[in-house]
Formats: sequence, structure tokens, C-alpha cells
Amino acid sequence: MTTTESNPSTPTERSVPKPVFTDAEAGAKEFPDSSPAARRYNYFNPAKRKQTHYEDVTVEVQPDPRHYLSQGWIYGFADGSRGYPLHWTKLKAWGVDEPEPPRGVGTGSMHVQNWPAHGWHEFRDPNEEWEQSLYRYNANVVRQLTQNVENARNAKAFDLWTPNWIRFVERNVGAWMHIEHILGLYVFAANERSGPTNMHNTAMAVNSTRKIRFAQDLALYNLTLTEEIDGFDGTAHLEAWNSDAEWQGARKVCEALTAVQDDWGEAIFAANVVFEPLIGELFRSNLVMQSAAGNGDFVTPTVMGAGEFDYAQRDLRWTIACFGPLNEDREFADHNKGLMQGWLSHWVPQALEAARTMQPMWSQADHKPPRFEDALDRAKNRFAGICRDLNLDTPEELKQ
Amino acid sequence: MSRQSLAKAHQKIQELAWEPQYHEPYMKYGTDYTFRKAAKKDPLKQVLRSYFPMEEEKDHRVYGAQDGAIRGNMFRQVQERWLEWQKLFLSIIPLPEISAARSMPMLFHAVPNPELHNGQAIQMIDEVRHSTIQQNLKRLYMNNYIDPAGFNNSLRNFQTDYCGTIGRQFAEGFITGDAITAASIYLTIVAETAFTNTLFVAMPAEAAANGDYLLPTVFHSVQSDESRHISNGYATLLMALSDEDNRQLLERDLRYAWWNNHRVVDAAIGTFIEYGTKDRRKDRESYAEMWRRWIYDDYYRSYLLPLEKYGLVIPHDLVEESWKQIWEKGYVHEVAQFFATGWLANYWRIDGMTDEDFEWFEYKYPGWYDKYGKWWENYNRLALPNGHNAIVAEDVDYVYPHRCWTCMVPCLVREDMVMQEVDGQWRTYCHEVCRWTDAEAFRPTYQGRETPNMGRLVGHREWETLYHGWNWADVVKDMGFVRDDGKTMTAQPHLNLDPKKMWTLDHMRRMPHLQSPNVLLNEMTDAEREAFKADYNRQGPAGRPAPKDA
Repeated sequence: MTTTESNPSTPTERSVPKPVFTDAEAGAKEFPDSSPAARRYNYFNPAKRKQTHYEDVTVEVQPDPRHYLSQGWIYGFADGSRGYPLHWTKLKAWGVDEPEPPRGVGTGSMHVQNWPAHGWHEFRDPNEEWEQSLYRYNANVVRQLTQNVENARNAKAFDLWTPNWIRFVERNVGAWMHIEHILGLYVFAANERSGPTNMHNTAMAVNSTRKIRFAQDLALYNLTLTEEIDGFDGTAHLEAWNSDAEWQGARKVCEALTAVQDDWGEAIFAANVVFEPLIGELFRSNLVMQSAAGNGDFVTPTVMGAGEFDYAQRDLRWTIACFGPLNEDREFADHNKGLMQGWLSHWVPQALEAARTMQPMWSQADHKPPRFEDALDRAKNRFAGICRDLNLDTPEELKQ
Repeated sequence: MSRQSLAKAHQKIQELAWEPQYHEPYMKYGTDYTFRKAAKKDPLKQVLRSYFPMEEEKDHRVYGAQDGAIRGNMFRQVQERWLEWQKLFLSIIPLPEISAARSMPMLFHAVPNPELHNGQAIQMIDEVRHSTIQQNLKRLYMNNYIDPAGFNNSLRNFQTDYCGTIGRQFAEGFITGDAITAASIYLTIVAETAFTNTLFVAMPAEAAANGDYLLPTVFHSVQSDESRHISNGYATLLMALSDEDNRQLLERDLRYAWWNNHRVVDAAIGTFIEYGTKDRRKDRESYAEMWRRWIYDDYYRSYLLPLEKYGLVIPHDLVEESWKQIWEKGYVHEVAQFFATGWLANYWRIDGMTDEDFEWFEYKYPGWYDKYGKWWENYNRLALPNGHNAIVAEDVDYVYPHRCWTCMVPCLVREDMVMQEVDGQWRTYCHEVCRWTDAEAFRPTYQGRETPNMGRLVGHREWETLYHGWNWADVVKDMGFVRDDGKTMTAQPHLNLDPKKMWTLDHMRRMPHLQSPNVLLNEMTDAEREAFKADYNRQGPAGRPAPKDA
């Protein structure tokens, strides 16, 4: 054996980091800040007595020069605006007209004395959305949907569908996927850069996520039906969406929501307060889900129902929590209320006109749902209730 | 996924693509790039039906590991030297992550390709995940690590501290200015594709070597999403390259983005990996070795170079210059030395280097001891309060540096410092490329071409300006870096938690007042300024004063 050959009887030790006992766990020593009271994020005031996990992972992640951002925003747009300008909506929350601290040579940080400095920071998403809630919720939905559809497929449930119902689903249920997709991407996601706090923008991003998921749920359901039902035309939804007269009103309003000029508040308000109850729920709950059972279809309502739950239990919930308090704002209640009433006057007639163009769909299936006028009344009542929740007057235009 | 294959499902969801018929969407974010509608494919091929359960499963693993770490008393084996630096890192990183989410709508507006918007929307959701999962990891550290100070007030600290401001480039740079410069070139093409390798792969490996296996658990889970984001950037880049008019802007933006990432990420992560570790095995990779592997070979040679044939002008000179900064000019060592010099303005404790550390540095970076060894010996000598001042106010052969107006890291490689009067103010820059970035690139015209959408560098970019003429005790108190007894400082230049060995505001009170180098620079006459620059360029290495005999 030469000296360069290793001796098999003395194997070389593997090079790995060695564990070391450091005793660096909480409570090992006493010193300033070692007490349990020091083990909480202490830079914000919780909305309730005890700060929540959601608040801990969300609040103050998006900085604010009126809080602790002492050197200010360090990048600006060409027009001079920087960070998350509060004027990216016409809505106002108390304190926003107060100027930013005038920092400069020798001024120090000029930290806020009375957090949160302005009312926008008081918003908390009642759904408490962060990554764990986001994935748990949506993973549960897609798992349940997959099982429902799979079960129906195994049970040959689609064989029970009448030809007219097949046409209805391929055209109309199919067409709805486009609305969810456009709202998800080009209204909710498109505005999640614009809100004044991390809580607003995260709520918009998560709302967007649910919409995009629901759009894809419908698209993939459509694909399954194409595979399972002889003669089911998987592309008919495109023709309906692009050409059917009864879809053009809803499409027009939906596209108008993407075109709201530089006001995230108006876009989100118009989508979740006006469009959703007067067009979304009208179609999903008061037409599709009411019609399906009578036409031998117990599957489509479970797919639609998932989207309906998204809106009714989560999207609307954060929207009320976001916009409602602005109408009772200690400084700008009248301003905000006037603005929102104006938005209602602008958007409600468009939504009602679109709803009425959808009326022929109520006659297309063999087994008819409750009358269109009754369905619309139900949608209007629902909408009026939302207005009350927001402390807004039901607009005159609802009588149209 | 159910029966439908992913490819088939992905093909189906392309039917969702929207061509406006009645109203065009409002275009909030502008770009000077031009795009022709091109049939670029969504590179992610991700469908939410499979995405959500996949991410949920990843979450289960992360949170299961976290439970296990607590039950297994991981913190009995965590190196304090390491975890102290996490107070800085984890106060910064949730903002860049959420900013990446916020940048995606800028691309919806700028890139006219609905198929790519699908991938961008999924990236948006990913980034919400990353920001909140990291904020949650910090919460776990705060609850279970011996010293919660610095974690418990991290987001206030981060927004006040100069290191936080440096880090914010890696956030505001994603969401402000020209939409493509920010959200595509700076974020996805350079930051995510090149530098997340050191952030999310190399650094977690070092964490594990220091007894912390939760950082790797969380950040590898994060990194597994990054590959999708890289694909997003690549698809947009190919679209941009297809238009000849974009080439000049691409060249500009790649130069800016590369250099700024190098200045910021290498400063921070280089310091964490080299000076935050207790693992001094000779065969463990140094940051320079990691950089060579992850960034030079994997990114520059494997990703960037092949794009040259499509007409992309690659900043070869800056890649080589970055390497030179790290390998020859000691960039990381200079930064770590500066962080330690200014320990009192931070909110974490910085451990001194020992003989074992010296030996490792000398082995990995021959000549290190001659440059930096003496200073670190002084650091140890001055670590415990004993009638002297903090090291920044003691004579240890170190000249307090000027700050770079652009990247805001101080001008530490003294020979490279340049200065210019810009917007009526004399500014120092750490390197010619940073001068170019401020004075030429971030302007409404570039090389004679109108660039009306380009962003601006704004804000109080020199931290010291705010505290010019202040007593150090008042500075620390104003920033809020004080423990719950009202006098002991959050930061310490050692790891000893004996209250008698810790620095307090009283120790700060007797220090000389803080002076802003930039304010002083602007008070100089032209001749004084020229003399100052000539002297500065002769300083170093390790911040030494210019030799008197030259």
C-alpha cells in the first residue's frame, strides 16, 4: 500500500456540521426583553383585544411613510407618485389629508405617535386570509368538486340530462366561466397593486384567486362534459359568450368593470356590491341552481355552489368590512357615502339592463325555474340588504 | 388532477383568454417597451385544480416540521450568531415577496398576451404565500428563541433602519417605474432567476449547518415555487426581444438590474453566510465559491449567455466586475466590517470573529488577516462596555464611509468611489455603474431616447441625514431599538446576555454626535470636495485611512 492510498481500516470521517448544545431556547436566561410579554409583534394595535395570527403575518408588511418609513419611499413613478398612493381611489379614510411628516436634515425618524395615523389601516379582512387559510380553503373546494364530478361520472348521472339542458349547460354555464376569469384577473388581480394597505391588497389578491379558480373549475367541468356526453359541444360557450344576445349585456358590464379609471375602490365596489348580487347571484343561484334538479342534473349545482359560497361567504364578507366603515368614518363619512351612492347610480342601471337581457335564458330549459321577474326581485332584495349593511340608501334606479 | 391530463386541462383553460369587445381595460402602469401580440405559450402550464392541493401539501410539510422543531427543542442547538442575523433578513424579506405579488398586475397591463397572464396570476398567489409564511417563521423564532428583541419589533425596525432601506430596493424596485423594467427585468429575469439561488438555497444550507433546520424548510418550499416564476420572466423576455426597438432598453435594464442585485444581495447574503456562521469546516463552500457556482455558472453561463444569440446584449463586463468585487476587492468583507462598525444603529447582536474564524477566512481568502484581522481583534477588544466608546467612535484605523446614493450600501471599495452633482446635490456613488444608474438610467431620456415611463430614485437616501448633529443615545431611542427596561440596547456587539455586559443608552450618551457625510460633503467648497475625493480613493482596504506618505 502506498501512502496515497487510504487505509480501509481507518475510514475518513465525513465532513458534516457538528451539532452543538447552545441552550438558545426561550427562557434559558433572564435579561431585558426575555419575558413572555416581549414575545409578540409590538408595532401595531390589534383590532380586538388579542392580536390574531392573521394580523401578525399581514399588518405593516407594506410600509407607510406616516408610520415608520423614516427614509420615505425610495423609488418613484415618472409622475412623482411613489409607494401606495392614497389617491388611487377617491374614497378617503380619516387622517389621509394630514401631510406626511416633513423629514429632512436632522429631523429624526418622526415616527407616528398615534398608530395607525389614518383610517385605512383599521381594515382587517374578516376571512383572515393568509397562505394557510388560502390553500386549505381552495384545496378543499377543488377536492370536493373533483369527487362530485367523478361520482357523477361513475354513476352515469349525465345520461339523465335532457337535450335542452345539455345545450343550456354547454352554452350558458360555459359562458359564465369568462365572467369569473375576467373579474378574477382584470378586476381583482389588476387592482391588488393599488390598495392603501397590505390587508386591502391581500384581500383583493385572494378574492382574485377564488375567481380564477372558479373560472377554471367551470372550464374543466366543461371538458369533462365534452368527454362524457355525446354531442356536448365544448366550444359552444365561446359562441354564446361572443355572440348570444342574452350574454352581451353581462359581458358589457363585466368589461366595463375592468375599465374603471384609476380607482380601485370603485372597481371592487362595483364588482362585489353591484355586479355580483344583481347579475352573478341572479344567474348562478336564481337560474342555474334552481333549474338543474328539475332537468335531471344534480352535479352542476355543486360546481356552481362552490362559486356561490366563495362570493356569499368570503368575497362579500370582506367587501362589507372594507367599505362599510368608510360610510361611518369620523372624518369622511359624508364624502364616502356620496361617492358610493354615485357609484350605485352609475352601475345599478347598467347591471339591471344586463340582467334583463339575460331573461330569455329562463325559458331555454325544459323544466323551467321560478319566473325571471321573481328571480330578479330576489336578487334586488339581496342587493338592497347589502346596501343596508353598508349603511347606503337603496338607489332609486333599483325600481327600474 | 383527476382523469384529465394536465396538458389537456391546460389547453382547455386557454379558452378563457379574453379579447375585449365593449371596453378596453384601464392601463394603469406604463412601459417604454413595445410588444406585438405574440403567440407565446404560458410556460407554467399550471392549473389551479392541481396547484392548490400541491401547495397545501407543501404547507403540511412546512408546518409539520415547525411543530417537530419545537417539540424537539431545536433552539437548544441553534447558533445565536446565526439567528441574530435572521432578525435583519426576516424583517426585510416579507416585503420583497409581497411586492412581487403586487408587481404582477403591472405585467397584465404591459404584456399583451393573455396566456402569460395565467402564469402571472399564479405567481401573484405564490408571493402572498411566501410573504406570510416568512412572517410566520419570524413569529416562531420570536416565540422560541432565547432573545426575541429585534424580532418582536421587526417591521418598525426594518422601516427605520438603513439596512432595511437598502433591502427595500429589493421590493420597491419590483413595483415602481416602467412596468417591464421593474416587474420583469429587475424582478424575474435577474432577482428571481439569478439571486434567489443564494437567498433561498445557499443561505438555508448555512442555516442548517448552524442548527436551524426551519429556515431551509420554509425557504426550500418557497424556492420550489421560484422555478415557475423564472419561466414567467423568460417568456416575457423572449417577447420583448422580438421587437428591435426594445434592445436598447433591455441592455440598460439588464445593466441596472444586474449591478443593483449584486450590490444589495451580495452585501447582505454574503455577510450572513460568511460572518453569521459557526461552521468553519475548510471544505464547506465560501460565499465566493457559492457565487461562482450558483450565479456565474448556473445563471450567467447557462441562462444568460445563450440569450445572446437572440440579440440580448449581456453585461459581460459587469458580471466580471461583480466577481472581481467579491474575489479581489473584498466586497463582502468590507460590508460585514461596516455592519459591525455600525452595530449600534441596528437591532440585532453581532458576534465577533474568533481565531477559528480567522483561520477559515485566511484559508478561503488568502490575505484576509492582513486586511481585516486587526480590525476584528479591535472589535472583540471593544465589545463589552468598559469605559470606552462603541467602535465607530474609537481610533481603529477605520474611516467612516460615505453612502452610495443609488444602492445605499456605503462606498466601501474606496478606490471605486465617484461623485457627481445631480439634481442640485453632490452625491457619492460606490461605483461608476451606480452613478450611471442615478444620473443616466433613471431619467426621462436615455441616450437621446424618450423614456417617459422610467422611474426615479427618490427619498431620503442617506440615513445619516436624518440624524445629522444628534447624540447617539437619542438616535437609538428615536429609532426604538431599546429593550423593555427602557435603557438596554437591542443591538449589542457580542452575544453575552448578562445585563451587566450589555450596552445601554447611557453608554451612547457620551459618544460624539453623529454627522452626515453627505451633508458635510455639500458644505465643502469645490476644492475641498476634490481633495476629499482624492483622499477617499486612496483609503482602504478595510476602511484604513489613506497612507500619509503617498
